[in-house]
Amino acid sequence: MHAVLVMILQRLALGVVTLFVVSVVIFGATELLPGDLASTLLGQSATPETVAALRTQLGLDQPAPLRYWAWATGVVQGDFGVSLATRRPIADMLAMRLGNTVFLALYAAALAVPLALILGILAALWRNSIFDRVANAGALSAISFPEFFVAYILIFILAQSGFFPSMVRLSPDMALGDKLYATFLPALTLTLVVTAHMMRMTRAAIINLMASPYIEMARLKGLSPLRIVLRHALPNALAPIINVIALNLAYLITGVVVVEVVFVYPGLGQLMVDSVAKRDIAVVQAIALIFASAYVLLNLSADVLSTLTNPRLMRRT
Amino acid sequence: MTGEVLLQIKDLHVEGRAGDAWLPILRGIDLTLHRGEVLGVIGESGAGKSTLGLAAMGFARDGCRISGGDIRFDGIDLRQTPERGKRALRGRRIAYVAQSAAASFNPAHKLIDQYSEVPLLTGMARRTAQAEAVALYRKMQLPNPEEIGFRYPHQVSGGQLQRAMTAMAMACHPDLIIFDEPTTALDVTTQIEVLAAIRDIVRDYDTAAIYITHDLAVVAQMADRIKILLRGQEVEEADTRTMLAAPKADYTKSLWAVRSFARPERPAPKEAPLLSVQGVTAGYGKIDILKDVSFDIPAGRTVAVVGESGSGKSTVARVITGLLPPRGGQVLLDGVPLPQDYRARPRALLRQCQMIYQMADTALNPKLRLRDLIGRPAQMYLGLSGRALDARVRDLLALIELEPDSYIDRLPSELSGGQKQRIGIARALAAEPRLIICDEVTSALDQIVQEGILRLLDKLQRELGLAYMFITHDLATVRAIADDVVVMQHGKVVEAGPKAEIFAPPHAPYTELLLSSVPEMNPDWLTGVLQRRQ
Repeated sequence: MHAVLVMILQRLALGVVTLFVVSVVIFGATELLPGDLASTLLGQSATPETVAALRTQLGLDQPAPLRYWAWATGVVQGDFGVSLATRRPIADMLAMRLGNTVFLALYAAALAVPLALILGILAALWRNSIFDRVANAGALSAISFPEFFVAYILIFILAQSGFFPSMVRLSPDMALGDKLYATFLPALTLTLVVTAHMMRMTRAAIINLMASPYIEMARLKGLSPLRIVLRHALPNALAPIINVIALNLAYLITGVVVVEVVFVYPGLGQLMVDSVAKRDIAVVQAIALIFASAYVLLNLSADVLSTLTNPRLMRRT
Repeated sequence: MTGEVLLQIKDLHVEGRAGDAWLPILRGIDLTLHRGEVLGVIGESGAGKSTLGLAAMGFARDGCRISGGDIRFDGIDLRQTPERGKRALRGRRIAYVAQSAAASFNPAHKLIDQYSEVPLLTGMARRTAQAEAVALYRKMQLPNPEEIGFRYPHQVSGGQLQRAMTAMAMACHPDLIIFDEPTTALDVTTQIEVLAAIRDIVRDYDTAAIYITHDLAVVAQMADRIKILLRGQEVEEADTRTMLAAPKADYTKSLWAVRSFARPERPAPKEAPLLSVQGVTAGYGKIDILKDVSFDIPAGRTVAVVGESGSGKSTVARVITGLLPPRGGQVLLDGVPLPQDYRARPRALLRQCQMIYQMADTALNPKLRLRDLIGRPAQMYLGLSGRALDARVRDLLALIELEPDSYIDRLPSELSGGQKQRIGIARALAAEPRLIICDEVTSALDQIVQEGILRLLDKLQRELGLAYMFITHDLATVRAIADDVVVMQHGKVVEAGPKAEIFAPPHAPYTELLLSSVPEMNPDWLTGVLQRRQ
């Protein structure tokens, strides 16, 4: 286990470096946006003097490196600063949104990951059968439609007929069951979008191994096809599958803006789009940093899990 | 050996898919095996040996089908038995031992778990299965039998894996075991241990076996009867001693004759050596693979470097060619030290020393035609182009006994294994070198093809005055072609000298072990060696 701990610490350290680079890029990118908060707040009729005064008041007249430094030192201490638009602490604004986003991501993942694994394993087991073709065609069609289209189709079928709400209203004191019911449609939409990728990787990774000598050996030991796939192929196919799952989980956290907008879901993606429109740079930076952290952490977990599943990497002495 | 009939195969036909057509792999094979009997099956690669072994389990690889004939195992018609019924036999009453245990053990599970898998499915308790595994590991003379099963395949050496796989095959006390070239991938010193362990356990359990191999000497030790296959058909079958003493078919006689090629002795040269390796120490990372290695290669002679895998034979070649700069010592060509790194050597020096590799399959660029494969070094080192280059390539093809007009525009995929190796030789010759390093060039080839390559190398040496450094673990090859022998073990030179000296007693202890481990055609050889060693 010692080797794994060392690896986790190394990757975390690298992750911090990555986040630093990302924060510089984010800051630089927001600098490139035309216009700033002061001109947006005051509108087109503002005189240059009033804009300049507001800039001084907001600290926007400082040179960029100084502003970056002030922002970064705050973030390290857990202080994301104050929203320039609403004057509320950003940490508070984000807390609830982040919770909602993670909730929806986990919900969709809880549906999509088992579904993708089971479909992928069955497709590999019965490869080139009718089931395999239907599963592949279905998954490919689901991934080929734009998310908003899938979302509207689901609303048309499931919300119009009154089974599920088309708009998500969340309150902090909702019971879990109600929450799951209220967010079912966005979760289902996301499931349809991410399942195909994971399913096809599971299928391909398993089939790739079916020609190996140890699979032939398993067949010559008289094992059943299901047992061969589950016990002899799957453990050796886990590394690529885990990586694709991590990639899709990262997408579920960072890439769901469209779905959030369609279902009016109060998540991070929507807040980010709003904040870009308002030139509320501090909020945009904070959210981008959260997204980057999610990517770093999920990739780290994928690497660690892949290593744990491979005895050759685990026991290297 | 007149027990009841266990396996009866009649007029077996197996076909393999090639594009849209089905081509025959086995054409009308008959086979009878009694309880407790060991049948050796011999043939070149592509003769259908493995296909026959698998068919005895009612199994055909993907892309193959059993298209005709009758397979009866203990009265059960395997061709009429549904898949589920055949699964109930496999692993339980008919077991299989594969050629490469390293590839055939699942890397994700411990050895003992793979051993226990089938016993557990038949209802045995895990504790009982593991206790039996340990007993079998002990019987197969594995080190630390209590503990070795709890390792993963990659933590165990090749010879040990092969024994662990035999133990796994024994798990349910099968009536029949198919051994598919179980020792082909092993060194002679390891092979002898595995052979002895397999032979004893098969006898003790009175298990019938089909022993597939291309090594005649090995099968002579293991089998009661020998069947010889050629291109999917039986050549002849007889009991082992009869077959060895009086083979009937011409093909069998030609197989027996392979080992007769030997080059006449030549007097030792007087002049200074062409290449001299002096006190070389080299390795990867912090580990020294080579420790103070010294030997000479005289011009126009063949120096064989022998030793088991891991002894540093190929590393020496990497140092000589400059691929691995040594930590100490030097390599002299004509008495002048060579730059250690090949990048520091001018072309005129690089030209002097060329390599031929073990796996001709992977050593030739599959996208290039022979014209370019052979022409490239001639172009690079000798500056040939246009008509001169074309003529040179044709000369080289003629030199390696391939008809220039029909081969010059072929791709490597359109050649047989032996032809590919010939192209490897032509490519080395194209640079007009004085030394060619042959790294296990015949190990991947069948004996008859090996013979052809060795004769070709010998002819080229006589015509062109080449020196060879011949890396091999096959002592039969050494006997056939070497002038001088260097014996290596654990990165050190154990013994070096003219062939006659090395092969004549007294030997260094390791040379003795190596020489006495080479299987001989005498069926009593294995028993004799084991008795002498005790």
